[in-house]
Amino acid sequence: MEEEVHTGEINREAEVAPALIAVHPLERSIALALGYELRVFDFEMDCAVPLTDEAYSPCHSDAIRAICFGANGRLFVSAGDDKLVKIWRTDTWHCIRTVCSDKRVSAVAISHDGLFVTFADKFGVVWIERLEEDDQGQASVDKKAVPLLGHYCSIITCLKFSPDGKFIATADRDFKIRITIFPKGPLKGSHEIQNFCLGHTDFVSCLTFICPLDCHQSFLLSGSGDATVRLWDHVSGQLLDTCDVGEKAGLLDSKEKVEDSLAVTDINALPDGSFVAAAIQGLHGVMILKCDVPARRLFIAKFVFVEECFVPTSLGLSSSAKLLWVVMGASNVSKLGVSKMAQLRVLSDLDKFLSNEHGDYPVILKDKDMPGGEKLLLQFQGSDHVTKQDAALAATATAVKVAMQNLLTKKQYSLEKRDFRKRDRNDRKFKKQQF
Amino acid sequence: MSKNDGKATQGKRQSAHLPRKRFYRARAHSNPLSDSHFPIPISPADVDYSSHYPHFLHSSKNDPDEDDLLPKIRFADIGCGFGGLLVKLSPLFPDTLMIGMELRDKVSEYVKERILALRASNPGQYENISVVRTNSMKYLPNYFCKGQLSKIFFLFPDPHFKEKNHRRRVISLQLLDEYAYVLEVGGIIYTITDVEELGDWMKFCLNSHPLFSAILEEEIEADPVVKLLASATEEGQKVARNGGQTFYAVFRRIAPEDPII
Repeated sequence: MEEEVHTGEINREAEVAPALIAVHPLERSIALALGYELRVFDFEMDCAVPLTDEAYSPCHSDAIRAICFGANGRLFVSAGDDKLVKIWRTDTWHCIRTVCSDKRVSAVAISHDGLFVTFADKFGVVWIERLEEDDQGQASVDKKAVPLLGHYCSIITCLKFSPDGKFIATADRDFKIRITIFPKGPLKGSHEIQNFCLGHTDFVSCLTFICPLDCHQSFLLSGSGDATVRLWDHVSGQLLDTCDVGEKAGLLDSKEKVEDSLAVTDINALPDGSFVAAAIQGLHGVMILKCDVPARRLFIAKFVFVEECFVPTSLGLSSSAKLLWVVMGASNVSKLGVSKMAQLRVLSDLDKFLSNEHGDYPVILKDKDMPGGEKLLLQFQGSDHVTKQDAALAATATAVKVAMQNLLTKKQYSLEKRDFRKRDRNDRKFKKQQF
Repeated sequence: MSKNDGKATQGKRQSAHLPRKRFYRARAHSNPLSDSHFPIPISPADVDYSSHYPHFLHSSKNDPDEDDLLPKIRFADIGCGFGGLLVKLSPLFPDTLMIGMELRDKVSEYVKERILALRASNPGQYENISVVRTNSMKYLPNYFCKGQLSKIFFLFPDPHFKEKNHRRRVISLQLLDEYAYVLEVGGIIYTITDVEELGDWMKFCLNSHPLFSAILEEEIEADPVVKLLASATEEGQKVARNGGQTFYAVFRRIAPEDPII
């Protein structure tokens, strides 16, 4: 009986979805996913944009787990626990297609030519859907995608195309990163594996590519639950450098109690690798790393403290505006009875930080100085500005932590507990009844 | 409990004797989808094979340049069961390192004891075979580099009849990607089963995969390994005893048609 109550609790907490943020590659708009809600703010029109989707209202019925813009910013995809993948046009914010998945979706990506949308489900299968030019504009519903590749029964946490479009990189909760050649006719599946990047000792949570100007090739950065960020040559599968952010984090937090989980939850990098931002669970700010590609080195440059109890869940980098959007938030914060909660911060003057100018850069912008200003905050954080803000932040932080842990960390059972669980198995129960 | 104790002391006293199967009773099936609770090497470089093949590899870690010269595992028997095929293959290819992979703990323990006993009673022989306990459907790339293997075996795999459980089958279009990755171009994949439905399935998967092509019938007949597929393993002998039919599929790993790089 006790066991049942315990598992029930875990299931409910697992439904907490961390807030996600994505910035348009040309900084025309910014999108925030919070629970099942998708909020979009257009910088050019300086207002919140309503989303239009004829077939579904609201557009998603369960937590959104992955959002992303296409490379040219023409398309946007959102997907999540309601097993729907929605493809949006970013000029009209109109849903042009809904793809149904058999399983819950954990990651999405758009190919650089904008012709294919790929998404990964909970079974570790990556699916691909072709977007025809002609059906732009009218909504077509309930299409079925074809399988592209599969990680054997492991949740895929991140899905990214390499900058040259030749490879597709997938990361899973079994510490694997798989680099697969993305073929010219991908609808038949991509069967040729270029390499596996092996070295992480816990789940891999995020990937990002960098392609320095003076190098002929691109490199891969990965963040993981083992509190490291690693630099890879994804073509050869070689691990070039490991940056232990946990070690540094231990020093920073020495005043407070050192949190046990220092999993890297999100990383974002400027294309040249000079600036890598990492969000780390249990750290109240953003860790900034630098990547020296010719020397094959990755090192910590700075830790930017944001606010007590602020644990970033997602990062969005505007490369031309030199801004880093940091969001913390979650849906279903049951402790407070709040269903959704998000806090947005912006780090600015990244260019001054990069050129080593004197002063404390990057700077955390005040609410009114943010692009979009209070209008944006109203749209993203909601009007019901929580009065007990610190408590709310703290509750959100723990909720997010638990959610992440339940989703990606493997459950460990002691020997006795394992035997105890086996005792409840159906075949043994049957035997017991006979006596 | 007393049984186990007896086994341990017995094993120590008469290590030259073959282990007895009745002390290694195991279930016939194991769930390949469940989370694994045994240690898994982080990468192929992380595995210390010198303990597996002390005759071929020396435990002292020399400079990494020498590592490339050391022999590498070339054959893998996925789901090796009680190790019948490995034992038969060992004298046929005495200089080739081969490994069996088995998910069931007790069974892999049995194979380990069996190999040790064979080595003790036949000095200089059976030094090229070993076994690991692992879930090869999940962790094959953790053991082998790209193109390392020349032969890979799947003998009498679990048929998983229900359509719901087809994803548990060891041969599937998606898992073949990984087998193609660990096999060198020209390497051979051997599958055999006594279940016609599964035989058709494995043939279908291999036929539809762009990195595998069927081997001509004459070539298959000339291959000494193919004869072992049906006769070497315990499962195969059982089928032969009952007069059952077997269905095999032997395919070669080929280079992709239009390589990008």
